[in-house]
Amino acid sequence: MIGKVVEINNLVVSVGTQPDASKILDNVSLQVSEGETLCLVGESGSGKSVTSLTIMGLLPKKILVPTHGSVRLAGEEILTATDRHLRSLRATTMAMIFQEPMTALNPVVPVGKQIDEVLRTHTSLDARSRRKRILEMMEQVRLPDVERIFASYPHRLSGGQRQRIMIAMALVLEPKLLIADEPTTALDVTTQKQILSLIRDLQKDHGTAVLFITHDMGVVAEIADRVAVMRYGHVVETGSLDAILRTPTQDYTRNLLSAVPSLVPRAARPATASAPVVLDTSELTKVYRERSMLGKVREVAAAQDVTLTLHKGRTLGIVGESGSGKSTVARCILRLIDPTSGGIRLIGREISFLSRNLLRPHRKHIQIIFQDPYRSLNPRLTVGETIAEGPVNYGMPKADALKRARELLELVDLPPDAITRYPHQFSGGQRQRIAIARALAMDPDVLVADEAVSALDVSVQAQVLQLLDDIQTRLGIALLFITHDLRVAAQICDDVIVMQHGRIVEQGPAGDILTSPKQAYTQQLLEAAPGRGWDFANFRPLATGMAAPAKTRDIALNS
Amino acid sequence: MAIDTIEPSSISAGAASGPRVSFRPSSAIITIAAICLIVVVASAIFAGVLAPQDPQKLAPAMRLKPGMPGFPLGTDAYGRDLLSRILHGGRISLMIGVGAAIVSVTIGLTIGLVSGFFRWADAIIMRIMDGLMAIPSILLAIAVVSLSGASLKTVLIAIIIPEIPRVVRLVRSVVLSAREEPYVEAAIAIGSSLPKILWRHLMPNTFAPLIVQGTYICASAILTEAILSFLGAGINPETPTWGNIMAEGRAFFQIKPSLIFWPGVVLSIAILSINLIGDATRDALDPRMKQRGTGK
Repeated sequence: MIGKVVEINNLVVSVGTQPDASKILDNVSLQVSEGETLCLVGESGSGKSVTSLTIMGLLPKKILVPTHGSVRLAGEEILTATDRHLRSLRATTMAMIFQEPMTALNPVVPVGKQIDEVLRTHTSLDARSRRKRILEMMEQVRLPDVERIFASYPHRLSGGQRQRIMIAMALVLEPKLLIADEPTTALDVTTQKQILSLIRDLQKDHGTAVLFITHDMGVVAEIADRVAVMRYGHVVETGSLDAILRTPTQDYTRNLLSAVPSLVPRAARPATASAPVVLDTSELTKVYRERSMLGKVREVAAAQDVTLTLHKGRTLGIVGESGSGKSTVARCILRLIDPTSGGIRLIGREISFLSRNLLRPHRKHIQIIFQDPYRSLNPRLTVGETIAEGPVNYGMPKADALKRARELLELVDLPPDAITRYPHQFSGGQRQRIAIARALAMDPDVLVADEAVSALDVSVQAQVLQLLDDIQTRLGIALLFITHDLRVAAQICDDVIVMQHGRIVEQGPAGDILTSPKQAYTQQLLEAAPGRGWDFANFRPLATGMAAPAKTRDIALNS
Repeated sequence: MAIDTIEPSSISAGAASGPRVSFRPSSAIITIAAICLIVVVASAIFAGVLAPQDPQKLAPAMRLKPGMPGFPLGTDAYGRDLLSRILHGGRISLMIGVGAAIVSVTIGLTIGLVSGFFRWADAIIMRIMDGLMAIPSILLAIAVVSLSGASLKTVLIAIIIPEIPRVVRLVRSVVLSAREEPYVEAAIAIGSSLPKILWRHLMPNTFAPLIVQGTYICASAILTEAILSFLGAGINPETPTWGNIMAEGRAFFQIKPSLIFWPGVVLSIAILSINLIGDATRDALDPRMKQRGTGK
């Protein structure tokens, strides 16, 4: 058919070649036309990446085998193509960009040379015209000072610049198809916005078909022409962007959309100025000193003059991009690192300069949940041992601590028999619940959540947020919630602090900051939030300037 | 079904990281290894009962004889029974191998944990270890033995000292990466004491590489002992050890290769069994590996 760049028909990919092998992809059919962007959305394990690897002919041989169906790229069958032919197709007809541009680039070769390699292998251009072509391409992806960047090594560039290099490399031979596998997931929102509009513009100029893989509905709303929703290796639903967002026909799609947190802050809870202050910092500063080879000392302020106050039962959010110092603040408050100056008062006690031993009795008042649920639990300890360790440290007999662990597991909605199992037997969301139970075992007054839901799928994220909210209501814990995601912040925070370059830019009630920010930087952050024009949970675009209350978050996620 | 239960399928995870090719001995092989090791150890322990001859009795008339009744594997250059010498030699060789492995791993683990966790100690300890590593291990061993006289104890010490820096480096590197893990920070946050963090959260990470290193030390200690014996800096050549027997047999290799062959076979079986059992223990200690094993 004319115009169809990729046509996948009834594709089945199995594990191994046995007839009873389990199917990773089952009966997947997709098309992408010239100049069109198809977004493939789904949660982890849905088969999005396997689909893209099949198109690229990069499936691990003999482990994942396409057993049925066809994949046609510009009319040519991919599944039966020889390796040699695939190799030339991969450069000239299709190209791929990945999530983490640092690992996709060779760290010991200047980026210009890496792009040059593509041209050298696949074209007969001479050195001068290749260089001209590369510089042109680098200008097209809007890199500044292209001559300098041409000769730079990857580590000299920022994440966004590296991703631009990857895009330049992918598009330099004008492929018909660009596969983008979560290309903006590792980037900050403002950079993400630039990269998305770059991909859009380049696509318009070159007529490239784009297969865009993402888990983020916001990104989908920004870039998709059509959307295919995947789950368990099936395509659940395909349709135009508008149809999927406004009138999804499948329950799973509806649930997925409903789980996207709204950017509109939730209804403000009654301010409780009378509630006691549980945590406050004054001019908290952390400076890292680097000594260079010649003995010159360079100072980097990771956090500077951070003053914040947290009341009992309230949630204070710290939002900012990577490198803004939000995690540094959290780790200073927990005294996992020592602040350079400034004060931290926990339940009225100054703890900023207590020694390790003097600090111990205060530790139980403040607890932390980390981002990565796969690394925050000791893989060698059972869930029971992990949760009981804290109380035992403070003198509770082991048997009582285990009994308490059982109660806490129930509180975080895990079966009590989980107590004898090991962390690897749980999913990411369940592990995060275990980490929450471990923190709660200490009866803390303050709970610090450092990007605690960022590594989770959106539906799991909604459940964990709901759990944190329940716990707060029930136990009156104060939450310090650190996130880069404004949507999450809007749904859980009472007050918000916006940080940039280690300093507080703006702070105030979430409702004010996230709807009418005063500072340019905050406005810019909100501007960049993907899909800000949509109210996903209610299947409609946001009317400008409205403040419709977010739909209740306790949506049923059953399918 | 709740969406929460979606498990990123292990297969697609495998797809991302590519095929995993690793040798995992089956339980049958491990059983055989265990039986072999038990036989070797038992025969060394009961050498006094099992050996047909006195391993040190010289019989000039019986020099370099082939196998015959009463001398199943023949005799060596002094007419001593080879089988009896191998059985008795196992005692010393295994003692040196296992002893060196246990002592050097224990000392190295302690120093390594301290060095990996405390930055101030690290600089001092690692410079000392670098210094030790700079001296060739055989040279160091010869120096130790010649300073204090050759006995089982000094040979053991001479073998252990050069092994310690290797263990320390290994443990330190594991601790350096493990102490940055969020679960270690979480342990600090829930008020676990330093010894507890070292013992419960950091040390178990070192077991897997240490067991492999330990079996390697065991094997290399048996060999180092043989080298020291060969150079005349080891245990008295009359006392049979596997290394001694082979060192003595070397001169007659072309006339009677079995003098090297048989102790070599026993040595290889012992070391191979130790290595296989070491691997199996490492897997059993790791709950993740345990599940993968039973999942098949």
